Amino acid sequence: MRLQRKRPVDRERYYRGVRMVPYDLVKELAIALGATAILVVVLAAALSSPDVPSDTIQRWAQDDPVDFVTAATNELAGSSTSAQYGPPYNNGSGSVQSWWVLHPQAWAGVHQPVDQPNDFVLAPLQSAVPGDASLRTALATFTGASGDRQSGWLDNYTKALGKASVKSGEVATAEGDYGPVPLLMSRLLGVARSGGLDGLLLTNGNFYQTDYTKPLLFMGDGSHLSGLAQDQKLTGNLWGMMNETGRYPGQSWLWLYTLWYQIAPFNASSNADLLVVLVMVGATTLLLLVPFIPGLRDIPRWIPIHRLIWRRYYAEQAAGRGART
Amino acid sequence: MTVPPDEASGTAPSGVDADDSGWTAAIRGRLERRLPLRELLPTRQPYYVGSWVYVFGVITLAALVWVVLSGVTLSVEGPQWWHVSREGRFVNGLHFWSVQLFFIFMVLHLWGQFWGAGWRDGRAGTWMVGVVIFAASIVTAFTGYLAQQNLDAQWIAVNAKDAVNSTGFGAFFDVTNFGQMYGLHVMLLPIGVTLLVVIHVVQVRLRGVVRPLGAPPPEEDDDVTAAKGGH
Repeated sequence: MRLQRKRPVDRERYYRGVRMVPYDLVKELAIALGATAILVVVLAAALSSPDVPSDTIQRWAQDDPVDFVTAATNELAGSSTSAQYGPPYNNGSGSVQSWWVLHPQAWAGVHQPVDQPNDFVLAPLQSAVPGDASLRTALATFTGASGDRQSGWLDNYTKALGKASVKSGEVATAEGDYGPVPLLMSRLLGVARSGGLDGLLLTNGNFYQTDYTKPLLFMGDGSHLSGLAQDQKLTGNLWGMMNETGRYPGQSWLWLYTLWYQIAPFNASSNADLLVVLVMVGATTLLLLVPFIPGLRDIPRWIPIHRLIWRRYYAEQAAGRGART
Repeated sequence: MTVPPDEASGTAPSGVDADDSGWTAAIRGRLERRLPLRELLPTRQPYYVGSWVYVFGVITLAALVWVVLSGVTLSVEGPQWWHVSREGRFVNGLHFWSVQLFFIFMVLHLWGQFWGAGWRDGRAGTWMVGVVIFAASIVTAFTGYLAQQNLDAQWIAVNAKDAVNSTGFGAFFDVTNFGQMYGLHVMLLPIGVTLLVVIHVVQVRLRGVVRPLGAPPPEEDDDVTAAKGGH
């Protein structure tokens, strides 16, 4: 059998014997543009769009000073979630995920180094040292102490914060061996309340800033941001990633992605994120390759929804019409 | 048509006659053969194109136009504008709702093509580019949600970083970096989606709409039949 080269444009042959009718594509597009414009303008005018103001470290420190100081103490101790996270921020292992022989997070390594004790607490306090002799002394005492001594102060203070209260705007704890830690935290709270810490966490030597990695990691370690998210029904157990603040629709197209987090084994796995991403990559690949997968590509033949799509065609075929006359 | 001889070579300049050679002529000839204007903008269609399912494709395209136009307006005015201005808030509303409609229509279009098995008769590439558009649109919208500069953006960034970091891509795609997300959202990703949509539309026009399921196969040319069967 001799193979003949396929003709580049064979629509004439493809449609031979099929009745052709006038069809105005440009007019159809113009009508679609007009209809969607009306719909979009009406929706925007009637419902506007969601815009709940962002949380700030200043607001956090003002609203819940005990939570702020607790998070800051954990940062200084290197025991916060972000301090023990792992790549891409540091060499920890607390949030490193893997599956089978796949360790992509570890393989990628540290690309955005964050040193929580220094970046979140000590460096901002250093900027507040001028004019504050007691802070200078406290910093010198803390940084000059041995690691065991620092840990002892921080452990004691962390435990005391569990029963702390707020008196005259200050975080008050029971008496204990905390070294200079309470003074450091009091000063950091002051900087945060003034709004200074929001800016200091962005500073990296350049005038212009657009990278919010550090403040967002810090706020993620506290419970103020998550509390606001909980109020807006944005948390993971409430299908958070596809939700939007208020009563607005969010990224509803992420429903399948969010679904996996609600069910076993994903909802109990410490590697849930990686597992869900792998499942979704697999699902997307299947969708991409539907035309080539026997069984999957035959579903439309087995479930005759196409009879609705081309209802008129099948009716005319049954009546013996449809061919070009 | 009379062509003046090339002064240097004494031959007719290229790009004019039927026996042209060279890359330019090859590309032009291929485009003329594969994408003739009467096929890109046809005035006649098979009668079964009258189904409502064909509306979803064109209305998705229309929604994308409003997504792009409202997005361009927002980017021209800057990322703070819509937070502090009534007009800006309205344009953001146009952007927000046109994105919602874009996804609704795109999913309906996708389902319509799935149940009609739109990949048949050499249209697998069209289906695959469509799926890539769907995935690229999700990433584009995701960066838009991250670039909102409000509570929703903060919370999505704090949570999404774990998923992105778990794959190792967090080292290169930092969801907590507003500058990176904003740049991707207003520049690279929309250009990518738009280009893919143009390719998709050309693919559709190149092949034409697919036959209904169960319709008789296309009639073959006499010469093709002869070549296959040798009679």
